[in-house]
Amino acid sequence: MSTATRTDSVVRLRGLRRTFADHVVLDDLDLDISPGEFVGVLGRSGSGKTTLLRALAGLDVDTTGELRTGAKPAVVFQDPRLLPWRSVIDNVALGLRGDGAQRRAREALVEVGLDGRDEAWPRQLSGGQRQRVSLARALVREPDLLLLDEPFSALDALTRVGAQRLVQSLWERYRPAVLLVTHDVEESLLLADRTIVIGDGRILYDERFELERPRRRDHPELVARRAELLHLLGVEDAAA
Amino acid sequence: MAATTTAIGAAARSAAPTRRTKRRWLHSGLRWVSPVAILLLWQALSATGVLPEKTLAGPAQIFATAADLIQSGELPAALWVSLQRALLGLLFGTVAGIVLGVAAGASRLGDLAVDPPMQMLRTIPLFGLVPLFILWFGIGETPKVLLVALGVVIPLYLNLVAALRGVDPELLEVADTLRLRRLERWRHVIVPAVLPGALVGFRQSLGIAWLALIVAEQIAASKGLGYMINNARDFLQTDVIVVGLLAYAILGLLTDGLVRVLETRALRYRDEGVRA
Repeated sequence: MSTATRTDSVVRLRGLRRTFADHVVLDDLDLDISPGEFVGVLGRSGSGKTTLLRALAGLDVDTTGELRTGAKPAVVFQDPRLLPWRSVIDNVALGLRGDGAQRRAREALVEVGLDGRDEAWPRQLSGGQRQRVSLARALVREPDLLLLDEPFSALDALTRVGAQRLVQSLWERYRPAVLLVTHDVEESLLLADRTIVIGDGRILYDERFELERPRRRDHPELVARRAELLHLLGVEDAAA
Repeated sequence: MAATTTAIGAAARSAAPTRRTKRRWLHSGLRWVSPVAILLLWQALSATGVLPEKTLAGPAQIFATAADLIQSGELPAALWVSLQRALLGLLFGTVAGIVLGVAAGASRLGDLAVDPPMQMLRTIPLFGLVPLFILWFGIGETPKVLLVALGVVIPLYLNLVAALRGVDPELLEVADTLRLRRLERWRHVIVPAVLPGALVGFRQSLGIAWLALIVAEQIAASKGLGYMINNARDFLQTDVIVVGLLAYAILGLLTDGLVRVLETRALRYRDEGVRA
């Protein structure tokens, strides 16, 4: 397994299909994600991007077609989804096996900048801190595929910038493959090396975007790409 | 850390103006005025003979009788018998309520099998079953314990099923993505989620348990608080009857307080101070 996964893709989808009643949400979708690749997924609401993420997370068993996902996928949802009745550290350590569970959870909390808040209840934290706990809970599992479902959309603008930076630095250190579902074109271009646009259950656009990090929002290449993507999504960028 | 935050909360509270705490004390003191007045009036009416002892004994005499009954061991013995019946009924009822509730709340098949009969049982007046129970089980301990158990099952069952159906599906998804085992899922997600609702049901159950016990003990008993009260009725000892009623009331308050302690412990995460 270890030698095979090195070269193999983490995610391999062929002809993935998902229907709800008569409505086709994913229609013969093909997708490969390599180990360590950071992929941003854009699409209008209802385009099937969250359905794709849920399929990769193993939360949707009603898909047809070939689906191979990470051996250890981890998910960060739009809202942190912490257990309110467990302390922060117990939330992170939830389901971890082995002796070092508490220690590993504590290290993960330090990593997301929440050392010293181990014993707090989730409701004693701010929204941004809670999302960090959620991130720590995902990372402590050493995932080979990190699935992010609009994880920053519920945060205020300033907190969002900090959280985006955190995700980028954690990705640089641990290099899991990442699938970031977002409706923010700029966010995808800031963080991901490859941006995909989904529409009508298919992949409409799939291009690499390799710009040196940290990226600036006003970098000409990013601005140009952003205009192109917004056009593709049917939104005219007033600033461009 | 949690201790620190509560300490902060406590400090903030004690720093509040003392005038308000003084007023609160005064207020709770004033609440005692009318009960004490009623007691004094009652005592006066009894002492002057306006309220005959055959109708209702006076507070002083009731107090003296209570002391006698405690000293002679009659009251503790009766109390113990009644308490045993209540606890035994509570135990059986709780176990049955949890088993049935989990069966109905956690699986569709269980719901189909368990819920219809439970809903039907719910409509039958509990105390209307007493004649049947006597026919079936005689007048020993069994019908009394069963009546209590039956009273306990229904509220616990209803609240537990509702709570199980209300478990946040998003948290269950988290449990899936974290690959929790079945036991971990119950321990970390389902049980804590269901606990507040289940405790509400349990408190209702407790109330019904005492009521059921009192009714059951009225019917036919050769020991226990109900027997003591019935016996006193035959001898027109209104003081003993009142002492028995007070004993029931105190037992009810005690068990209710116990559940409340459980509640505050189980729901700590909701009540401890929030740092903005």
